[in-house]
Amino acid sequence: MFGIVRTIWDVFRHGFQPRVTRQYPEQPAYLPPRWRGRIILSRDPDGGERCVACYLCAIVCPVDCIALQATEDAAGRRYPEFFRINFSRCIFCGYCEDACPTYAIQLTPDFEMSEFRRQNLVYEKEDLLISGPGKYPGYNFWRVAGVKIGGKDKGESENEAPPADLRQLLP
Amino acid sequence: MATIYVDDRPCRVDPQQNLLHVCLSLGFNLPYFCWHPALGSVGACRQCAVKLFRDAHDRRGKLVMACMTPVADGARISLADPDALAFRAGIIEGMMHNHPHDCPVCDEGGECHLQDMTVMTGHDYRRYSFPKRTFRNQYLGPLVNHEMNRCIQCYRCVRFYREYAGGRDFNVFGIRNLVYFGRYQDGVLENEFAGNLDEVCPTGVFTDATHKRHYTRKWDLQFAPSICIHCGVGCNLSPGERYGLLRRIVNRYHQDLNSYFLCDRGRYGYEFVNSESRLRQARLGIAAGKWQSLAAQPAAAWLGKLLAAGDVIGIGSPRASLEANYALRLAVGPRRFFAGVSDVELRLLRLAADLLRRQPAPTLREMESADAVLVLGEDVTNTAPRMALSLRQAVRQQPLAELEPLKIPVWLDHAAREAAQERRGPFYIATPAATRLDDIAAETWHAAPGELARLGFAVARVLDESAPAVADLPPPVQALAGRIAAALSSARRPLVVSGLACRSAALLEASANIALALRRSRQDHARLAIAVPEANSLGLALLDPRPLSEAAGAEALIVLENDLYRRASASWVDELLAGERRLIALDCLEHPTTRRASLVLPAAAWSEDEGTFVNYEGRAQRYFAACPPPGEIQSSWRWLRDAMREAGREAAAGWQSLDDLLAGLARDLPALAPVLNAAPPADFRMAGARIPRQPHRYSGRTAILANLDVSEPPPPPDPDSPLAYSMEGNPDQPPAALLPFAWAPGWNSYQAWNKFQEEIYGPLRGGNPGVLLLAPEPRPAGDFFRNVPPPLAGRDGEWLLLPLYHIFGSEMLSRYAPAIRQLSPAPYLALSAADAGSLGLHAGENVALWLDGRAITLSLKIRPDLPPGCAGVPAGLEALPALELPAWSRIERGHG
Repeated sequence: MFGIVRTIWDVFRHGFQPRVTRQYPEQPAYLPPRWRGRIILSRDPDGGERCVACYLCAIVCPVDCIALQATEDAAGRRYPEFFRINFSRCIFCGYCEDACPTYAIQLTPDFEMSEFRRQNLVYEKEDLLISGPGKYPGYNFWRVAGVKIGGKDKGESENEAPPADLRQLLP
Repeated sequence: MATIYVDDRPCRVDPQQNLLHVCLSLGFNLPYFCWHPALGSVGACRQCAVKLFRDAHDRRGKLVMACMTPVADGARISLADPDALAFRAGIIEGMMHNHPHDCPVCDEGGECHLQDMTVMTGHDYRRYSFPKRTFRNQYLGPLVNHEMNRCIQCYRCVRFYREYAGGRDFNVFGIRNLVYFGRYQDGVLENEFAGNLDEVCPTGVFTDATHKRHYTRKWDLQFAPSICIHCGVGCNLSPGERYGLLRRIVNRYHQDLNSYFLCDRGRYGYEFVNSESRLRQARLGIAAGKWQSLAAQPAAAWLGKLLAAGDVIGIGSPRASLEANYALRLAVGPRRFFAGVSDVELRLLRLAADLLRRQPAPTLREMESADAVLVLGEDVTNTAPRMALSLRQAVRQQPLAELEPLKIPVWLDHAAREAAQERRGPFYIATPAATRLDDIAAETWHAAPGELARLGFAVARVLDESAPAVADLPPPVQALAGRIAAALSSARRPLVVSGLACRSAALLEASANIALALRRSRQDHARLAIAVPEANSLGLALLDPRPLSEAAGAEALIVLENDLYRRASASWVDELLAGERRLIALDCLEHPTTRRASLVLPAAAWSEDEGTFVNYEGRAQRYFAACPPPGEIQSSWRWLRDAMREAGREAAAGWQSLDDLLAGLARDLPALAPVLNAAPPADFRMAGARIPRQPHRYSGRTAILANLDVSEPPPPPDPDSPLAYSMEGNPDQPPAALLPFAWAPGWNSYQAWNKFQEEIYGPLRGGNPGVLLLAPEPRPAGDFFRNVPPPLAGRDGEWLLLPLYHIFGSEMLSRYAPAIRQLSPAPYLALSAADAGSLGLHAGENVALWLDGRAITLSLKIRPDLPPGCAGVPAGLEALPALELPAWSRIERGHG
């Protein structure tokens, strides 16, 4: 008997509690920047494509939902010829972001990507590539790597000595 | 066997070896860079340091380089000693001071020995904060890419290129920490084995330039155990496929054949599979130059109707598998099955097969250990390239044998080379023109093929009185024969190498006589090697086809994977195809024969097909598909089966897999029944599972085809082999014939072969793949050949035209690969300077070459090595008509 009265009292009291249910989508939810949502490909501070098509995101992906093909421009800068993510398989684990040596692939605080047709969840490079550097504004892989690309000769990367002169005989 | 204690564990090891070799053989992970199983030890990198203890009570020990320390019975070593671990980590850290931050864009990444060794030693963070050293790269040609920043100065490249492969145009330059490996200036690497730098280099300094254009990581490639199609040596390959494109070839270890190295034709010729000239659709010729595409079923029905009518002949191919040739033989009947090679070549192939029944051919490893060599008539570097690399090692055998009193082990490479200096074993080359092995030869002699045969007969005569005598031999040649005979007879493992390049039966007979004479004088290790021109030349000959010249008269003609215009003169082929005759061509590439065909059936390229090749030793080796043939393309034997099914042929209609065909072949031709054992059958399983073609790290399964359909299709079935087009399957080491690629935990690079061998540089676990079809018969080795050719009678105003072979250009399929095509020569006519002078001609001029009453205009090239009275043209070039060489020809000043 006491139990029943107590339960009714609790329910009554609950009617005056503040509401926790959010009126999504009218009221957007706060998602922290480290939220692992929709994947994007970013650009480096110079505006060039950051992805160097190293295939590390593809190998680390536990559901194998990333496929790409590397190619090079005439000056030797490597980039993906195509880059495809099958979001209908993606589990948003974020391993690809961890594996990426150039900060190109990033997970964003966006999960609103429902589709009625599963085929529409296959994103190509045009769908993935954004115009900015995303979460890592300063980094440019090509300024660190030793290979020569257009606009950067051998020995012009960070912390590199100029190309060796093989004809000098000084000890 | 000696006993050593590795971290207090007793191990039985080979006492002739060094500690690194035995540690790796025992399966320990000991990092190294400069050591290579085939190149030996030099102790340059200091990476393989271990602790060596004086006895069981010694707790301090001393650091030694495992690769430089011979095994001593009872030796106690430690790999896990903290000092050794710290030393090895320190060495790697030093190497990484200057190593660029390139791995994501480096083609070696993921299969890099430097990465593996860095992980193995535990080094992870660069503490050295000073600038990194940089170098400019060189252009090294269309095959090898150069990125010098990545170098760790292990010296493997220069040791392979100069000391092992005999290259001259590559070296190490500079001093102190500015040491540079490259050419003295930009340019194409001249050596035919330069592509091996890709695998010899432990990091990404030298990488595959053709792979770079369609780059895929090792973990994403779908591999297959395969056999090279570009010559008759039968090197084992590991082709890799991704997204339907053949991406690259790497070496697949075979102890008896290619071991760790391939030639550049085998490594880079693969791109013909991706060629624009691939045939992809069955088509029917409806009028001259007009085609109509046909679906697979009606195409097979069309051919089936012809087969049912009966009057069909078939022409086989030396580059099609044994199975495809057999299917054709069955379809048309043995009496209507013709060889797809010239009559002379067929006769020589039969002779070669007969000689193999007398005496087994040497493996490449046996050739390396020969201590006296005579090359008779064959330009081995250009006809059977990998064989030349083995022959090059043979000249070291005699000096190495002399090292025994000095107590220098053979594996102590630089000490052994220092002790041997420039001394070389006896190596004699008698060929029509200079070869790429001439630099190691004790003596070379250039003459017309008939003269070379006479020299061979003379050598046999010196060795054995009962061999036929050679009349009218000039005294210098007789003296040369005496020197060669003396060298061969005093050797322990003499070797005679000949081949079909000169199209001369007398040459083969002379070589056989020498081998027989040596064996009669109780030199049981005497060997005879005969280089055959194509991947399955011997296999075709073993199917007993009729000579091509007898092919005539039938209503229809099936040509299997062959371009007849390469095999016989254009006029003869035109006559064969004239009239209402129907030509059915099965092939993977467009060529003059397919252009003339009434019906073209697109056949699978070798990398998409499964079958058996028989190499120069008579070794049957199975190759498997790296990917299923795309679209309407299917294996030649499946086209023929479909046609036979349409024609109501019972025997072949039921063939579902290659094994069904092979069972039929073994029933039909019992002599070839051993081919069944070339590889395990399709129902072979390891613990109930198939063998995966893809590495366990294969990526993108759910995205590769998602652009076409988001629902993933099942992997394609493979009824022909126990391999699966999948990453799923048994992860254990399969039998060697089914091993698609080398990859072991911690060993992602090519160096992982260590983990698949019974002993380093020894057989793969489970034995070397392939079965010898031509086991020598237990009867006496036969008698001497007695047809000594007469001396060459020069003709007035005529030149003996000889074929000159080119590693790039003389073989048809590889010419469809852009990189190889770039290195192929333009057609030319070669004359010696004296002969050109007598005609008043100069290099580069146009000359008219008259053959069979027709003139061909060619640019003149002066080759001082050509014997007088002889001219040469490059063999097998598409721009030149098929010529039956050697032949007499007239040469005149050309026009224009």
